[in-house]
Amino acid sequence: MGTLPTNSRRLDKWVEGGMVWVLRFSGWASVLVTFGIVVTLVTESAPFFGHVPFRRLFTDTMWTPLFAEPQYGIGALLAGTLVTTGVALCVAIPLGTLLAIYLSEFAEPRFREVVKPMLELLSAVPTVVYGYFALLTLTPLLQEIYPDLPQFSMLSAGLIMGIMIIPYVTSLGEDSMRSVPMLLREGAFALGDGKLGVALRVVFPGAFSGLASAYVLAISRAVGETMIVAIAAGLQPRFTLNPLESAATVTAFIVQVSLGDLPHGSIGYQSIFAAGAVLFLMTLGFNLAGHALRRRFHRAC
Amino acid sequence: MNPIPAVQVSSEKDITGVEVKPEVKVEIQNLSFFYGKNQVLRNVSLDVPAYQVTAMIGPSGCGKTTLLRCLNRMHDLYPGNRYEGSVRLYPGGTDILGPGMDPIRVRMRFGMVFQKPNPFPKSIYENVAYGLRLQGMNKRRDLDERVEKALRESALWDEVKSRLHQLAHNLSGGQQQRLCIARAIATDPDVVLFDEPTSALDPIATSKIEELIVEMKKRVTVIIVTHNLQQAGRISDRTAFMYLGELIEFGETNRMFTNPAKPQTEDYISGRFG
Amino acid sequence: MLSVGDFIVLASQNLRKQEARASRRRSIDRWFGRIGLLFTIGTLGVLAILLLNLAASGLTRIDWQFLLSFPSRRAAEAGILSAWVGTILLMIVTASVAVPLGVAAGIYLEEYAAKNKWTDFIEINIANLAGVPSILYGLMALGLFVYQFRFGQSVLAGGLALACLVLPIVIVATREALRTIPAAIREAAFALGATRWQAVWHHLLPYSTGGIATGVILAMSRAIGESAPLITIGALTFIAFLPPAPILSHAPFLSFDWLFSPFTALPIQMFNWVSRPGEEFQSNAAAAGLFLMLITLGMNGVAILLRRHAQRNIKW
Repeated sequence: MGTLPTNSRRLDKWVEGGMVWVLRFSGWASVLVTFGIVVTLVTESAPFFGHVPFRRLFTDTMWTPLFAEPQYGIGALLAGTLVTTGVALCVAIPLGTLLAIYLSEFAEPRFREVVKPMLELLSAVPTVVYGYFALLTLTPLLQEIYPDLPQFSMLSAGLIMGIMIIPYVTSLGEDSMRSVPMLLREGAFALGDGKLGVALRVVFPGAFSGLASAYVLAISRAVGETMIVAIAAGLQPRFTLNPLESAATVTAFIVQVSLGDLPHGSIGYQSIFAAGAVLFLMTLGFNLAGHALRRRFHRAC
Repeated sequence: MNPIPAVQVSSEKDITGVEVKPEVKVEIQNLSFFYGKNQVLRNVSLDVPAYQVTAMIGPSGCGKTTLLRCLNRMHDLYPGNRYEGSVRLYPGGTDILGPGMDPIRVRMRFGMVFQKPNPFPKSIYENVAYGLRLQGMNKRRDLDERVEKALRESALWDEVKSRLHQLAHNLSGGQQQRLCIARAIATDPDVVLFDEPTSALDPIATSKIEELIVEMKKRVTVIIVTHNLQQAGRISDRTAFMYLGELIEFGETNRMFTNPAKPQTEDYISGRFG
Repeated sequence: MLSVGDFIVLASQNLRKQEARASRRRSIDRWFGRIGLLFTIGTLGVLAILLLNLAASGLTRIDWQFLLSFPSRRAAEAGILSAWVGTILLMIVTASVAVPLGVAAGIYLEEYAAKNKWTDFIEINIANLAGVPSILYGLMALGLFVYQFRFGQSVLAGGLALACLVLPIVIVATREALRTIPAAIREAAFALGATRWQAVWHHLLPYSTGGIATGVILAMSRAIGESAPLITIGALTFIAFLPPAPILSHAPFLSFDWLFSPFTALPIQMFNWVSRPGEEFQSNAAAAGLFLMLITLGMNGVAILLRRHAQRNIKW
């Protein structure tokens, strides 16, 4: 062996070899979780999709799988999700983008350093607290303006959900706007443009795929949000696109059924997995799109 | 661990002007290196003499740092790298690129000092002791002794002996680099590899490091990559000039600088490219 | 043909126009700055209103009796004892699964895994997992942990569901913390003969504890506030008892029976009270909400400070 040391490296090698396997397993554990979710959703909802005629999912107008004469119009749940998400986005996208532009282009760096983490607290508030706020504070307030508003309404839940997802838009949006190279801004400033002009004509387009990924992730959040809608938007499925009414979302339906007695293998049990499978597919689409957009943005920079 | 060198006297004879062929420490034969499909080193053969300072010079991208990092198998840390040829370490003549050779054992015999000082964010003491601990030394008294020795040899002891347990990051850049040298020599390696060690330092710190390297060759073989020709001239006994992944010329530093054999070497040394 | 005088007049008119345009831009910018500031403060104001609102309705309910009583049919006698004990037990399970697994996965992806399609796959998977709605973790736990593994509607099933939910947060935080350590530090360790694991254990982990701790606190604060996955596994029941104690007065002194005990948790208890009619229960809900807010906002605050501290302390 020449002058190479011969001290015991055997133990180190054992530890090294063992740890590689432990770490590799941990790395794959996240895949195992996804696998667990997918397999559970598929196997537990398979009987449901097995005995429900596929056509009726789209032709029925009501979602009452637990009734004696069941209806399977999943559209009723999707409408609830669509409306609450829509209301939330009407709040979060304009407001979130405005804050992103302001923080990235106008605010003092020190102000931004303080405000950004505080804004992020908005998405750290437990959703059940938001639900409480929507039901017991915002709804009565809205009823002052519009007395016919029912106790449960998609409007109220959607508005609060919008507040909750503002940080997703602002934080990601601001990051991507700030990573637009200074050189581009200086080019426009040199031509005599103002700050807002530069922000809208140079920074906004430059950061667009980053912003788009922020929007898409915000949509995914809103679609999957559960407690706010379950508390404040109502638990009864209803095929309506009017935000002033109450209606259950896909997630609220799962909560509503879970609140009751839920024997393994009952139709109620199967139906929530069916709703879960639909929810998973929707959010998967948004998440993958958001991920792809963000990657594209990072590569462009 | 480190055998007493057989021909320690050779350097004295050098002073008397008698030409002796020095003992070979590292024998590089037909070394080629590939990064993926790119061949970065082409058939490099070079005998690094023991207890001397060998400098590697050449324009950036010529492969000098790549060659240096072949010697302690640093390339093994990244995927897609491949060596061809052999690098033998004497005495013994083990091929450190050979099959079954553990790169970690190789690294324990080759100390390395990097471009920028990179002490661990630990205490001065722990920085120097780390290599010893890796080699299984645990007794406090042994460690104390070796840490002090290494710090003395890197001319840092007097500056830090009162604050051995303070964070290494509180030292100045030059001191940090000397600490990195102490860390590299604490384990009594056969060879110390320097990768442009003064490129991030001011002239005063640089001259201290240079003095240290010249002093060090009494105890250890030194290979230094430098982009600074004057530095190569000041401190090295032998110089290797590399260009586009090939070894163009290798010889005694004085001779290379005054009377280069190859036109490319002459162009580079006279500043015509680089 | 224009005369020289005409040119001068035209040029000065142009100049005046430009000056007018520039001053209009300046005033637009000024106005936008004001609007932005107003909306920023307004948005943050929601947070303040939320807290004040909870405090106004719930503060009077908070006393020792509230903390140390079980839920009850009479609002004035009800308390959150079983809820906060349940939350603590859940967090023990969640943390002891999610932290080691998440940190190890982060180390694997950042320090070990080769850049190939498998690693890409894991990364896309984690990005998706971070966006999976929390209620789906509840459905998985219901099908897998409650029925398949027969853990029942227990602390163990709930804690595992939350652990899966926050796993991506811990992984991402670990990776980000490791990424801030320069490659030169790794090379220094390797050059001295450290194995990859020794480099991780002696250097990379100790130098990234600040970042990892920040991520772990954020993950736990997320888990504490979650109710949807717990509701789906059927945790919304009347729990007027505590799970068996983990520490016994006789050998073997440790008991894990609590893992299989039914439970309730703070957000669940709050949801229960929110959905009941009557102002008295609503003020109970507000009091529980106030606790939840203080815990989660407090944890987030600590995380922010810790991140600042970690950034300031080590300059590479």
